[in-house]
Amino acid sequence: MRSLFERFAIALLVAGLFAAHATAARAGAYEDALPKLTLDSFSDTADAIDAIAGSGNPLAPPLLQALKDQRLLFSAEAKQVLIKSADGKLTDAATGQPFTAAPPSDLDNVRLNNRLRNLTDAALGSLTLMAGDAGKRYGAAQSVFKSRDASAAAALDKAIAAEKDAGVKKAMLEAKAALILTDAGAAAADKVAAIAVIRDRGDQDSLALLQSLPADAPKDVIAAAADARAKIERNLALWNTVQNFWYGLSLGSVLLLAAIGLAITFGVMGVINMAHGEMVMLGAYVTYVVQDLIRARYPGLFDYSLAIALPLAFLFSALVGIIIERSVIRFLYGRPLETLLATWGISLVLQQAVRAAFGPTNKEVGNPSWMSGAFDLGGILITYNRLWIIVFTAIVFVALLAMLRFTRLGLEMRAVTQNRSMAAAVGIRTARIDALTFGLGSGIAGIAGVALSQIDNVSPNLGQGYIIDSFMVVVFGGVGNLWGTLVGALTLGIANKFLEPFAGAVLGKIAILVFIILFIQKRPRGMFALKGRAIEA
Amino acid sequence: MTTVEYNAETTSALLYLDGISVSFDGFKALNELSFVIEPGEMRAIIGPNGAGKTTMMDVITGKTRPDTGDVFFEQGKYDLSTLDETEIATLGIGRKFQKPTVFEMHTVEDNLQLALKNDRSVKATLFWQSSAEQEARIDQVLETVRLKHLRSRVAGSLSHGQKQWLEIAMLLAQDPKLLLVDEPVAGMTDVETMQTAELLREINKTKTVVVVEHDMAFVRELGVKVTCLHEGSVLAEGSIDQVSTNDRVVEVYLGR
Amino acid sequence: MMTSHPLIRMLDRGATLFLVLLAAFAIAIPVLNLLVPASSSLHVSTYLVALLGKYICYGLLALSIDLIWGYVGILSLGHGAFFALGGYAMGMYLMRQIGTRGVYADPILPDFMVFLNWKELPFFWYGFQHFGYAMFMVLFVPGALAFVFGWFAFRSRVTGVYLSIITQAMTYALLLGFFRNNFGFGGNNGLTDFKDILGFNVQAEATRNALLVISCIALAICFLICRAIVTSKFGKVLVAIRDAEARTRFMGYRVESYKLFVFTVSACMAGVAGALYVPQVGIINPSEFAPGNSIEAVIWVAVGGRGTLIGAVLGAFVVNYAKTFFTTGLLAPYWLFVLGGLFIGTTLFLPRGIVGTWTHWRAGVKEKSEAARSAAAEDGMLPTAGAPATQPSAAE
Repeated sequence: MRSLFERFAIALLVAGLFAAHATAARAGAYEDALPKLTLDSFSDTADAIDAIAGSGNPLAPPLLQALKDQRLLFSAEAKQVLIKSADGKLTDAATGQPFTAAPPSDLDNVRLNNRLRNLTDAALGSLTLMAGDAGKRYGAAQSVFKSRDASAAAALDKAIAAEKDAGVKKAMLEAKAALILTDAGAAAADKVAAIAVIRDRGDQDSLALLQSLPADAPKDVIAAAADARAKIERNLALWNTVQNFWYGLSLGSVLLLAAIGLAITFGVMGVINMAHGEMVMLGAYVTYVVQDLIRARYPGLFDYSLAIALPLAFLFSALVGIIIERSVIRFLYGRPLETLLATWGISLVLQQAVRAAFGPTNKEVGNPSWMSGAFDLGGILITYNRLWIIVFTAIVFVALLAMLRFTRLGLEMRAVTQNRSMAAAVGIRTARIDALTFGLGSGIAGIAGVALSQIDNVSPNLGQGYIIDSFMVVVFGGVGNLWGTLVGALTLGIANKFLEPFAGAVLGKIAILVFIILFIQKRPRGMFALKGRAIEA
Repeated sequence: MTTVEYNAETTSALLYLDGISVSFDGFKALNELSFVIEPGEMRAIIGPNGAGKTTMMDVITGKTRPDTGDVFFEQGKYDLSTLDETEIATLGIGRKFQKPTVFEMHTVEDNLQLALKNDRSVKATLFWQSSAEQEARIDQVLETVRLKHLRSRVAGSLSHGQKQWLEIAMLLAQDPKLLLVDEPVAGMTDVETMQTAELLREINKTKTVVVVEHDMAFVRELGVKVTCLHEGSVLAEGSIDQVSTNDRVVEVYLGR
Repeated sequence: MMTSHPLIRMLDRGATLFLVLLAAFAIAIPVLNLLVPASSSLHVSTYLVALLGKYICYGLLALSIDLIWGYVGILSLGHGAFFALGGYAMGMYLMRQIGTRGVYADPILPDFMVFLNWKELPFFWYGFQHFGYAMFMVLFVPGALAFVFGWFAFRSRVTGVYLSIITQAMTYALLLGFFRNNFGFGGNNGLTDFKDILGFNVQAEATRNALLVISCIALAICFLICRAIVTSKFGKVLVAIRDAEARTRFMGYRVESYKLFVFTVSACMAGVAGALYVPQVGIINPSEFAPGNSIEAVIWVAVGGRGTLIGAVLGAFVVNYAKTFFTTGLLAPYWLFVLGGLFIGTTLFLPRGIVGTWTHWRAGVKEKSEAARSAAAEDGMLPTAGAPATQPSAAE
């Protein structure tokens, strides 16, 4: 913390010294320019803006800002320029002191046209190049880069010389390069060097700049620009792909999280649980309740709310799942279509119960601090909540795989799945395993709900939005195979995001649905279906 | 291992299997299986569980496609490996399943009505009318399997043995050239078993029959050529006495 | 009995009773609405006429579902899509009848197109000003979709829950599509503000009664078609497919053709139901495609008794009456509990539905009164009329 503060202070000091120096060198330029603003002529105003911007007077930035905001007033008779603050107080532009006398009767706004407005912006930009705050200087450099206003060149050079922050300096150099490129008089060699700088910047704006170069530029400049453009385009396309991939991965992990519990109940047990989405919804509501309690009683624990909600959501959804299995589903084994209808009924009851208890509106579930915010990675923006959900999904997936493979319960589950009567014959209590398996699937749905509460609206309808997608993932991936579910979810997520730019979100989704419908015709048992010995139907 | 001395083009066989292999997830259910069934023959196929008996039936009836090998029907006229279940059934191959599968919701009569050799198209069944000739045919088939008194009973209410016979009756009503009968006497009493053997011999007078069975007493009662399968290929072939004294058969299947 | 005349088979006692009751209903309601003075306690309000007309359409939708679910075991969770498509075809006709009476008074373009700044009618709206063409489309569009969908699905032997899930995905995809403005069907507002049908004002009392009678006639005709199908040998093949699909196939029946035929017929009936529904409720919008609607229609059939046809219609009436009863009063918040409970209770405790349970009980009484039999196999677990046999499990 301290070092940052120190750097800031030093920067401020340097900027201040520099500003004082500039004032001394050009004393009077600011004062000389003011009367020109009272002439009510666009060309005089333009001259005044140039002069004021170049004056280095500390009064210049507030004046220009006021001009931009239409708060700059003038009186032609009194030859006076006044700045009106947002709350209506007047300041004398020449001295910076409050204007206490009676305002002149012919007070009027200094008028602007588009050219002057751009001029003002650019002037403000070049002034802010010397601001104390590194963020402001960076912003100013960017605005010069975009406006390519030649009048900022001198200020930019000074700012580059004084700049200590590497990031800001880079931005300033890029702005400088942009100015060189648009300056018809600049030497060809300088332009080629500038192109190299622009190329390394490599974003959409750089591309636009390079495309706007005049066709009659020297040959080597043209060649260098073409080269740089190709490189930037390649680079941008790459980042675009990475970005789509990232979004797809994010969507895929959400799908996987929602579907993975279903992969257990549907894939492993063969039970069609239409209330699966409601298990997710219950998990989200557990998160809401936990956060509500924490906010009311222990605000300090808020950052741990998700960690506290996870086991509770798992247990609660698992418990509800076990109750459903014991009270309804176990009577319907071997009748999948009836199971489907009964569980649909359960989903209606659960939705309505939650609606009755919590109301039909969306509930506010907050992001803990470690889940909010974002950072840049190369050309893409990565939000922490998406990142954590991907990590979380991976952990859940691996844990589930390990559980099925290495624990006694997992072994018994697999045994019951493969041959129920044989498993019963070797002493496995199949009824207990059924209940636990269903509980596991439901519990995982519950923890999916905790994660989804971070990115989706927590309402009684939360689950409905995921149920069809989840079924699509499980069926597409291949029933009874968790790896299939993984590949299915990621494939669908990524395919969806790559389709969106071409087809739009809704059409993309429709295309995916149609694709899966056709795919199931081709491979009725999914991508990774196990080929079994033909059993007599 | 019996070698096949025919080839597909010149064979006189009704059913001709050559070098059939089928594998499921690496498990070889059939391994270079070859044998032939002559027209009018009755053949008993025996073998331990997992020998590939049911898979063989699946291949013949089009349920499973062989990975390699030829399956020909009627003197090499039809390549069964390119046809589906419906087409194969229409060619004249009838199959009785291991577990009796009659249409439980239908009466015995309706079961046979559905099985009778007729146009199977949607249009034909929509506008179908029964005829005296058809009724007579049903009577005749019911007579053969001794179920005439149960004509209007719902099939689901029949005893296990009666269902087996009804299924055989349905096969007869189909009037196939070749009957594939999978474990017809499983779960039957001794008397029923002997009656079934008699019934099959009766049927064999006009049809070619392949019987898959575990019950050695029944196979002996049939008194026909026996093929013993093991691990997806033919282990031994011959009369019941030859096969049952074959050392390998005794070792893998019959036990000492 | 196979030997009896087809007409006698079709019109057994239950079917005849049903048709007589339906005819009585179709006569009584308009009489009570139009001829009995409003002051009389026997008077039926126009609101009730429209409501009952709506129930009849639901009954027809339920009938179409029963034909495939009850007799072939195809559980479609997307039949609402065929219903809605039929409804949209009718809605497009009604929209084109509005003409210059719309808000924007455009003689050709419906209001929503003018609103969206469209300059000309999309090609798929051509011809819908003709009633005959629109009625053809009411049958053709659902039928064609069902044929194409079924052709893929049945040929690839997609069965059981997989089929249910992809039918649900189908209607979901259509839901998303019809919500879009650029699909050309009015976006999420759908089609509404209808003025007249064949020159008669859709709001008029007489028109409402006529629509109710026409709905009853359509229901009767579709019921007879269903009866004809299920009592023919074709119908016996359907039940055979439902109970033992592989066996039927090994017998030489082309199972996919049978399924495809009956699925398409069923979709056309659902389309007719939707087309009759739209003028009576005055609106068609994409929410009719919602998967929940299709599943709800399935529960009507389950409550009434699948595989009985009459039960499907009865179930649609009973459940929708309950829905109206609950959702128009103080009990509204409890309706979803009741509906959910119906789903659970019916599957657990009344798998045969109302009609199925009744006929089963009657058959049981009859059987007892005939001499005791030695049928040891009848252990109550066997599937009986209306309850399809165990479906092949998903893990198969």
